[in-house]
Amino acid sequence: MVNLTIDNISVSVPSGSTILQAAQAVGLKIPTLCYHPDQTVKANCRVCLVEVEGARGLQAACSQTVVEGMVVRTSTPLVFKARKAVVELILARHPQDCLNCVRNGCCELQDLAQELGIREIPYAREIKGMPQDKSTPSLVLDPDKCILCRRCLTVCQEVQTVNALGLRARGYQTSVGPAFYQQLNESTCVMCGQCTQVCPTGALAEREEIDKLLDALADPSKIVVTQMAPAVRVALAEEVGLPTGELDMLTLVGGLRRLGFHRVFHTNFTADLTIMEEGHELLERLNNGGTLPMLTSCSPGWINFIETFYPDLLDNLSTCKSPQQMFGALVKTYWAQKAGVDPAQIYSVSIMPCTAKKYEAARPEMQDSGYQDVDLVLTTREIGKLFRMAGIDLKQVPPSEFDPWMGAYTGAGVIFGATGGVMEAALRTVYEVVTGNELANLDFTVCRGMTGIKEAEVDLAGTQVKVAIAHGLGNARQLMERIRAGEADYHFVEIMACPGGCIGGGGQPRQTDNAQRAIRIEAIYQEDVALALRKSHENPEVKQLYTEFLGQPLGDKSHQLLHTHYQAKSKKLK
Amino acid sequence: MDKLQAIVDQYQKVPGGLIEAFHAVQDEYAYIPEEALRRLAKAFEVPLARAYGIASFYSYLSLKPRGQYIIRICKSAPCHVKGAAEVVKTLEEELAIRMGETTPDQLFTLEFTECVGVCAETPVITINGEPYGDLTSAKVKEILAQYRQPQ
Amino acid sequence: MREEKRISLKHYGLIDPDQIEDYLEHGGYQSLQKALSQPPAAIVQAVKDAGLRGRGGAGFKAGIKWGFTLQTPAEQKYIICNADEGEPGTFKDRLIMEGDPHLVLEGMAIAGYAVGASKGYIYCRGEYPYIVKRLKRAIEQAREKGLLGTNRFESNFSFDVEVRMGAGAYICGEETALIESLEGKRGEPRSKPPFPGVAGLWGKPTVVNNVETLAAVPWIIEHGATAYQQIGASRYPGTKIFTLTGDVARKGFCEVPTDVTLRELVYDFGGGVAGGKKLQAVQVGGTSGAFLPESLLDTPADLDSMAAVGGTLGSGAVLVVDETRDLVDLAVTIASFFKHESCGKCTPCREGTFQLHRLLEKISRGQGSRQDLETLERLMWIMTQASFCGLGHTAPTPILTMLQYFPDPFNNRVNSQAG
Ligand SMILES: Cc1cc2nc3c(=O)[nH]c(=O)nc-3n(C[C@H](O)[C@H](O)[C@H](O)COP(=O)(O)O)c2cc1C
Ligand code: SF4
Ligand code: SF4
Ligand code: SF4
Ligand code: SF4
Ligand code: FES
Ligand code: FES
Repeated sequence: MVNLTIDNISVSVPSGSTILQAAQAVGLKIPTLCYHPDQTVKANCRVCLVEVEGARGLQAACSQTVVEGMVVRTSTPLVFKARKAVVELILARHPQDCLNCVRNGCCELQDLAQELGIREIPYAREIKGMPQDKSTPSLVLDPDKCILCRRCLTVCQEVQTVNALGLRARGYQTSVGPAFYQQLNESTCVMCGQCTQVCPTGALAEREEIDKLLDALADPSKIVVTQMAPAVRVALAEEVGLPTGELDMLTLVGGLRRLGFHRVFHTNFTADLTIMEEGHELLERLNNGGTLPMLTSCSPGWINFIETFYPDLLDNLSTCKSPQQMFGALVKTYWAQKAGVDPAQIYSVSIMPCTAKKYEAARPEMQDSGYQDVDLVLTTREIGKLFRMAGIDLKQVPPSEFDPWMGAYTGAGVIFGATGGVMEAALRTVYEVVTGNELANLDFTVCRGMTGIKEAEVDLAGTQVKVAIAHGLGNARQLMERIRAGEADYHFVEIMACPGGCIGGGGQPRQTDNAQRAIRIEAIYQEDVALALRKSHENPEVKQLYTEFLGQPLGDKSHQLLHTHYQAKSKKLK
Repeated sequence: MDKLQAIVDQYQKVPGGLIEAFHAVQDEYAYIPEEALRRLAKAFEVPLARAYGIASFYSYLSLKPRGQYIIRICKSAPCHVKGAAEVVKTLEEELAIRMGETTPDQLFTLEFTECVGVCAETPVITINGEPYGDLTSAKVKEILAQYRQPQ
Repeated sequence: MREEKRISLKHYGLIDPDQIEDYLEHGGYQSLQKALSQPPAAIVQAVKDAGLRGRGGAGFKAGIKWGFTLQTPAEQKYIICNADEGEPGTFKDRLIMEGDPHLVLEGMAIAGYAVGASKGYIYCRGEYPYIVKRLKRAIEQAREKGLLGTNRFESNFSFDVEVRMGAGAYICGEETALIESLEGKRGEPRSKPPFPGVAGLWGKPTVVNNVETLAAVPWIIEHGATAYQQIGASRYPGTKIFTLTGDVARKGFCEVPTDVTLRELVYDFGGGVAGGKKLQAVQVGGTSGAFLPESLLDTPADLDSMAAVGGTLGSGAVLVVDETRDLVDLAVTIASFFKHESCGKCTPCREGTFQLHRLLEKISRGQGSRQDLETLERLMWIMTQASFCGLGHTAPTPILTMLQYFPDPFNNRVNSQAG
């Protein structure tokens, strides 16, 4: 341990700690911009300045490690003056577009300017004037708002290993974006949106499409239906001022009705359906010598990734569409039939933790209902904004039930939201289908948790099934390398593009750091245990769907509506 | 691009050799063509965005086409006080292009550089790395004439 | 009149640099042989005792630096010769490498033996392609003679050298940025600690020394630490190469004991101001150095004496500025240099150099106000206080010293502004 004093408070912290960590330990807040709790220290923004007795100049608290007897001052006039001087320099070349900005009210730079009481910038403003990149359906990159903290680079390069983003030029001309100043849709970007999770400003954000929903709601000829993904409820609570997971599901349904949705359903329903299809696909591959390991296919960021980087492994990919797209295909066929409405009238909206889902919904493969299966994807953050726009306080909304036929779900569908959840849900069902016995313990805890790559072996009536789970594309890449090299003998592999799974998705409330991911995962499993039904094959509405419409898993109708094939991206990209 | 393959082969195994390879490409093509950058990135197993970040960091590396003779004019303080502006003026007039441009016949490109370490002979230019010092307008014209002669 | 004393330039112009035989005839590589007959720690001690301090600008004690690396156990260690020489007005390293490439190689080999490194790199700036050629030729010759390469010595010591070319980035003279660049990356500085001596190139203990520093090493081994220690200023002993540029009558260079004064440099070696004009200022240490007035010309040019008057010795470049020059215009040129050369990693320097240039341009155009001068002060203050590396810390030095010693041109320009 190292002893030091910060603002006259004695602190004792493990050696190797930074001044920032020591200050946090005694509840002192030092402002930061480039610092991110899950990332290596970059120390480039220089706003975390503090005074250290005897040191030359001011020190960056995020990178300076403590030494015995150090005397640190974090709130002196000199320190304030210096922090201000740094932020002034940022603002001098910043658009200061706050009122029109996607981050208005939730921007780290804005907060900082606010906290420091910046009233006047002594420099004539001159912004770079670089074009916004709106080339993908998922993201907007606005280089003018970039403060070059490089948090996105750590995520895109090190965590996701996608390397769509890089630095360009140097000095005052430095900017962040794809090589050759190309657009994101010409890069390897998989649209996972993880960069939007860490960007402190409005430089990297989801592509907002709230207006499209408002237009649809205003159109009397449209029936606006919605589905929401398993990971939405737990995290949306954070957007509306409740503790994680404390937003009641039926209250949320009530809130969505207030927003004007005509029908409210749940993606958990098709998550259960996915398990039926995918579980049977796995059994078929196991029994008939199909390509193994089978890789899950419900994470669209992951789909983009395998198409770009591992097209040779596309045969390993399950042919199942994602729950969102299964839902989309069914709502305009099955539900339309049952409800007796013209599918052309249906405007299908999904609420997702994910930016890549926006791209997925727009794929040409996704028109099996005869229409664009999903018309609009809004992220958790957007739906939170919508509630605020509408002045709806979810703490005061009366609960409401889901609409019939596509709203029932089990705990297995719920846990799709966390890493390992698809695997666990599949194992619950596959086990019972194969053995005919009821599972004594539904909790496959080996599948759970934030470990990057998890492996397990499960006994299915004498057959050992080897499974693996990876979340975050860097981990996925490691697994793919092993599979490509023939070094892995798994049967079934779950991959989620985002660290922590969908609860950590690119469209989830900010700030999604690893600590927050763990809290959300906890909330997901709490929801699971609280449900009476926890196995996909017990979902009554899924059973009804098979009897009345699909026939059986992997049947003709399933193949037509619920399965697809992906193709290698033409790659100049890498 | 066989020459490119030769460069890849020569430097691929050199630890940290990407920048050396960029130099070699530039010696061959006067700049780093997009195709070459992509090839090198792949060969060195450096993601394209990073390779581009490296190439665009260094002022000696150019990502846009340049002429056969790259004339760089030193604009650092010692050359500045000794009349670099005059040299710029003469070159721009003689070649009828502005700084940063290439003559239509692709023969000359004009660029600024910071100090090239020949500061006892200010003002200084380099042509394809070869320094020329103690320049006057007349001397600049003489030098240009040499390079204009078909060789 | 003061006389030159040539240590790093001892063979300059006297031998054919492309002939290793010539170097050998002049006693070349004998210091290496001599070093190999002693334990490595003794060599480190000798360099310590000699009081040799870095000639790259920071003046760190070379022996102490070597000691760190010697004491850090590792399978592989490296010697890097910093030949990036990007400081405008400086060409001393070029002179050494041009005139005596083997001296640098010998210095590196001794350093390698002293700290336990078997591999050396010379990082030579891209602006010196002809020097790179010469160095490569010298290395070939040394390999042929069995002086470099694998296991060539009875003592089982082997040392080889590779030359790498920079690509136009002043910041790559900063040792950690240089290492990044050697690793094939963008040349952006790393956080220190860890220092290169402990974790440098590819994470291995690495000694980074300037060309001139390494070129002094064979002399120290040959003549002994005490002999070196007795030359020049006691706290910064030895000789230093100065390069004289600008409005000096005889532009050029000289290698002199470190207790030389600025006046001696400008008047004895440079022949005074060119064209019989009056001196306005000298800038010492390169473009990041201080502008000093006539009244300080009797200051000794060693590191500590320069620091005492708010200046730096830096690279040893001396820019003479006569009375006719517009200092505000010169300030704009200097600011433009730093704006162009800032790596862009940290806010105070990336944005600061940009604004510094803009403000000075505005003032130079006669459009500046008193307020702008105050903003300038605030800006330079934050750059020196908060930048990530030495570039941002020192970029304001020339402007700060101009404002300190030559405020009139700035005030006049600002006051000429109506209203
Ligand atoms: C911006 C900047 C530029 C530098 N440029 C050089 C250079 O061109 N040559 C050099 O030897 N040292 C340069 N240095 C100093 C090096 O970081 C390092 O201190 C030096 O190479 C160590 O060698 P020495 O102890 O022998 O001087 C520079 C430092 C900074 C901060
Ligand atoms: S990024 Fe932040 S500071 Fe910049 S315009 Fe948007 S809200 Fe304002
Ligand atoms: S969305 Fe994902 S892949 Fe695309 S730039 Fe952001 S982090 Fe990289
Ligand atoms: S885009 Fe955002 S996260 Fe990336 S460097 Fe810029 S401000 Fe930081
Ligand atoms: S001070 Fe900052 S921006 Fe400037 S060169 Fe150093 S790290 Fe780069
Ligand atoms: S938070 Fe410390 S430098 Fe950015
Ligand atoms: S200043 Fe122009 S060559 Fe050095």
